[in-house]
Amino acid sequence: MSTHPPQTLKRTPLFERHQAAGAKLIDFAGWEMPVSYEGVRAEHMAVREGCGIFDVSHMGEIETSGPQALGLLQRLLSNDVSAIPLGGGIPLGAGAMGGAQYSVLCREDGGVLDDLFTYRLEADRYLTVTNAANHVSDLEWFSTHAREFGGVEVADRIEDYAMLAVQGPRAREIVQALSDAPLPARMTAGTRRLAGAEVLVCGTGYTGEGGVELLCAPEDASMLWGEIVARGAVPAGLAARDTLRLEACFHLYGNDLTVERGPIEAGLGWCCREDTGFIGSEAVRATRAAGPAERLVAFAIDGPGIARQGNPVVGGGEVTSGTLSPSLGIGIGMAYVPTERSAVGTALEIDVRGKIRPAVVREKPLYRKGS
Amino acid sequence: MAEANYPDDLLYHPEHDWARVDSGDPPTATLGISWYAQDALGEVVFFEPPAVGASIAKDAPYAEVESVKAVSEVVAPLSGEIIEVNQALSDSPQMINEDPYGEGWLVRVRLSDPAERDALLDAASYIATLGG
Repeated sequence: MSTHPPQTLKRTPLFERHQAAGAKLIDFAGWEMPVSYEGVRAEHMAVREGCGIFDVSHMGEIETSGPQALGLLQRLLSNDVSAIPLGGGIPLGAGAMGGAQYSVLCREDGGVLDDLFTYRLEADRYLTVTNAANHVSDLEWFSTHAREFGGVEVADRIEDYAMLAVQGPRAREIVQALSDAPLPARMTAGTRRLAGAEVLVCGTGYTGEGGVELLCAPEDASMLWGEIVARGAVPAGLAARDTLRLEACFHLYGNDLTVERGPIEAGLGWCCREDTGFIGSEAVRATRAAGPAERLVAFAIDGPGIARQGNPVVGGGEVTSGTLSPSLGIGIGMAYVPTERSAVGTALEIDVRGKIRPAVVREKPLYRKGS
Repeated sequence: MAEANYPDDLLYHPEHDWARVDSGDPPTATLGISWYAQDALGEVVFFEPPAVGASIAKDAPYAEVESVKAVSEVVAPLSGEIIEVNQALSDSPQMINEDPYGEGWLVRVRLSDPAERDALLDAASYIATLGG
């Protein structure tokens, strides 16, 4: 139980804020990040019932620009990037920019390299947010393929942005009170001035609640954090972020998504447009046509117990994420199981460190407002 | 409890367990996890007690406590037979955090080798193992 991570870990601009708040800090993908402050349950429920704020500055940003930016992104990202609207097409309000889109990055064989949100900033300029553990390899992947295109510039912007996620039913009203203009709608992004600082406000998140994600200059992050907390947002750590996303059945790269499996198996066929010819599209098309041998399902434990990542499913398959759901009070998770046993209602048995726990395949998401 | 606390009347195992040994014949002991262990684990959300009648062996795991994020094995500080388990923890596992030396006790054991207690640490020695 090491309580003193080595000094080589990277720190976000909010590190002193986390220390002052008494956060428990852990090594997450090489970053010294807050796992919890007052307690996971309280932070989780704050996001479900009020507002929580997360430091997600460890996530990376890649900017793709130039006349061939769309061409490159269509080749790399699984979704139809040409469908991301530009501000002019939709009512975003002042400082309009564009839409947001979720996609995966695949290898030729369809294995998933990362899952990402991409924001359209201008006609020929896009910002893609990467997972911390994958940022360097994603950047390399983008840069390598950019050379095939010409007319496109790929820039590492990780040093230029801090990122805050403000999530929960009260999140928008809290951030709105700091903003010079109405906030961008869900799945759109635009520049606003928040408490005087220029911020890229994105109507996105990964908790299953409404809210915004804020991309700001690192030197503005602490001020914004303070302003938002002062208006009632509860600091929340990575542990609550994990229980929230799992209740919402959002994938965590490294758990539910890996290069060993493709997006169809993961239930992400909805963000794959094979006609765009992205790298891996042939493999994805073949799997979609033939039907995958296994599928990622959501499950709930029937009775006591908590399944964890790596627990085998009896008869084939494995748990990739598992926790106790703070909202539901039961063990929940996601697991890859053979397709013939993936239907909602199917009874499963999970081997939790030698003890067999009954579970049931549930509909996604596991938690929905009012459930 | 929010502040670190290691009562003087308990014996400690370096794997962050405590024992409160009584003077019965044969002696019995109440076992639990230390303040340090519950703080490192975070909010405990699940404790499944071992069966009454089961044998436990000093230095070997005999149960598991789970927080939202992690599972931790509980190591037996002493050997013996389980004579009682704290059933209240099924409904209120958070008592392990709130009162680790009182309401958050885990099991009571009839000791099979009471002399094993001599190998355990007093509070001051245990605190010294925790470092800075």
